[in-house]
Amino acid sequence: MPITYTVGTLLILTALGYLLGRRKAVTVAGGNIASLHSVPSYYGSFSALWVLLPTISLVLLWLALKGPVINWAVVDGMAPEAVLGWANASIPPGELEAVRARVAEGAGALTDIQRQLLLINITNLAAGQAQYVNPAVVDILRPAAAHMQDLRSLTDWALFGICVSLAAAALFITRGKIGPAFRARNNVERIVTFLLIICSLIAILTTVGIVLSLVFESLRFFTKVPVTEFLFGLQWSPQTAIRADQVGSSGAFGAVPLFAGTLLIATIAMCVAAPVGLLSAIYLSEYASGAVRNVIKPVLEILAGIPTVVFGFFAILTVAPFIRDMGAAIGLDVSSQSALAAGVVMGIMIVPFVSSLSDDVINAVPQSLRDGSYGLGATRSETVKQVILPAALPGIVGAMLLAVSRAIGETMIVVMAAGLQANLTANPLASVTTVTVQIKSILVGDQVFDSAKTLSVFALGLVLFAVTLVLNVVALRIVQRYREKYD
Amino acid sequence: MDTQTMTKPAAENGTKSAKMSARGVKVFYGEKRALHGIDVDIYENEVLALIGPSGCGKSTFLRTLNRMNDTIDICRVEGLITLDGADIYDPKLDVVQLRARVGMVFQKPNPFPKSIYENIIYGPKLHGLATKKDEFDAIVEQSLKRAGLWNEVKDRLMEPGTGLSGGQQQRLCIARAVAVSPEVILMDEPCSALDPIATAHIEELIDELRENFTIVIVTHNMQQAARVSQRTAFFHLGDLVEVGNTEEIFTNPRDERTQGYITGRYG
Repeated sequence: MPITYTVGTLLILTALGYLLGRRKAVTVAGGNIASLHSVPSYYGSFSALWVLLPTISLVLLWLALKGPVINWAVVDGMAPEAVLGWANASIPPGELEAVRARVAEGAGALTDIQRQLLLINITNLAAGQAQYVNPAVVDILRPAAAHMQDLRSLTDWALFGICVSLAAAALFITRGKIGPAFRARNNVERIVTFLLIICSLIAILTTVGIVLSLVFESLRFFTKVPVTEFLFGLQWSPQTAIRADQVGSSGAFGAVPLFAGTLLIATIAMCVAAPVGLLSAIYLSEYASGAVRNVIKPVLEILAGIPTVVFGFFAILTVAPFIRDMGAAIGLDVSSQSALAAGVVMGIMIVPFVSSLSDDVINAVPQSLRDGSYGLGATRSETVKQVILPAALPGIVGAMLLAVSRAIGETMIVVMAAGLQANLTANPLASVTTVTVQIKSILVGDQVFDSAKTLSVFALGLVLFAVTLVLNVVALRIVQRYREKYD
Repeated sequence: MDTQTMTKPAAENGTKSAKMSARGVKVFYGEKRALHGIDVDIYENEVLALIGPSGCGKSTFLRTLNRMNDTIDICRVEGLITLDGADIYDPKLDVVQLRARVGMVFQKPNPFPKSIYENIIYGPKLHGLATKKDEFDAIVEQSLKRAGLWNEVKDRLMEPGTGLSGGQQQRLCIARAVAVSPEVILMDEPCSALDPIATAHIEELIDELRENFTIVIVTHNMQQAARVSQRTAFFHLGDLVEVGNTEEIFTNPRDERTQGYITGRYG
């Protein structure tokens, strides 16, 4: 009985619950619907929700627990001889002694990794994929595999039975409750509120979980590298030696060059995005006629929809060579992965972001202020300069801060267009690297999860998170306070 | 133009000439015609009240007088409107100068989010009416005095204009309009957002301003029209039904529709 059938049955029962609840209500009303407390469909929904919610929760819970529970039951249920037989064929002789010594404990004699290996063999066998299992142990493991299959089908049936009886009980109880005085609408509203709360909790809990994992892994990193070295050190070279005699991989975790590189690129990006975005927002909201705006706004939104990876190869294939050639023409030595190229392209990427946010705040400036200014004989540009921009300034500052936080967190463009060398420089023509680029390049490929190098990404991520969080909070507060003023 | 027999300040009115006049003014919003040909004269140093039920076109007409309708994309104006005999819709005419001569006060007080002082000097600065600090100071003082606000705000000129009460804000907006020394001031229901005391204040003020300015006021409040205006124009469904001496309009209207409106049968 696969779980899909169980869920399908539950859905049918839910529909049945709705119909029965509704019918009961109509019957009870005896032709006078108005005598019911709620409309009949609420009685139906009430039954349906009570059929569906407890059983579906049970199914979800079981889906989460099923794997570990069955694995544990199967492996620990194996006869000691079977475990030993499997160990004889699968474990190197050196480790075999330890298993033999404790053979009476069955699977308890195995280390975690050996246990995993055993489990993979059994699971493959149970799935009918004996070709992936060492032929020598196939016969030894067959009983365990059969046990696993039995357990699976047994628990699935049990789940089906429990769910159906729960649903039937819910049907019966809610049917008993339904009467003219029963407040079905209030009950349904309460259940719906509860569901909505659960959904928002999922988002909040996920965030909290991510933050906590960042914090704890960072703490692990800071036991290997002092906080002060990380925050104030001027050298970043995360290659640590794997063997003691390795050369050239001392490992230095001073993140200042990364922060500086991030700041440099974000600054260049804002130098492009702020004026272009703001001025185009002013044009759109104050100067453009309706027809023009109807063309330009969607086009700007398309720009916002271009995947950042596309901007990335635009940066590396078009802008970077262009800037290098320009530099060469006037005798400057420009790195082929200059901060300038990455920053400029990132700025262009943020333009629609800045312009649509600025457009919002500019439009929020009441028309009456424009009228007042025009009525005094001001021209459009005078009105923009002296009335609209001052009035919209807090909102525009907020929009800019949001854009900065976007620029700092952006990864793809800098991964492709900025370099990997952690140079500490303010020269936009040199190659710099950013926090996000380092996180990405450290985590690409196979990693051991206890080296300082790997753990450093959590510290970097934590810093990134803290900075963007502060920026967002400040920016949103500014924007909000400004909105309140005019609404 | 029929009713030129003025009874109120009769002696003066006889000698007055038309400051602004409209002939056959039609206004279209896209396909829809909002005004069907308006003919009216506005005399110097008088208050002309525009009354009529909602949607009758009185505000639309008011806004054609300083071309505020230009800011609405789909709005089109036909006919002739003159200021001192010159066509204000002449393509060669600078709309900025027109608005400096024909100022406007709006329905909702709309002080700029700046200090009281900066609100007043906004217009004079734009038009280069003054350059030195003491000249600006003089303009601020004179305008606020004319708007009857000077005594209330003279000690806090640098505080934001948005911090004033509704009635004070509206007087600030009047002072702001006066500061440019316009010849005509248009008022679009200037008291509709104010309480009765603030309204009485503004009405008094309008009567005083008449000495120096020509005023056109749109109002929903017929008592107000009767109190502040010398002449009244009644609009209905985009037509100018009747215009004449205020007293006559209110006591002895010639058109049935006017009578219906002022006796409260509709509107």
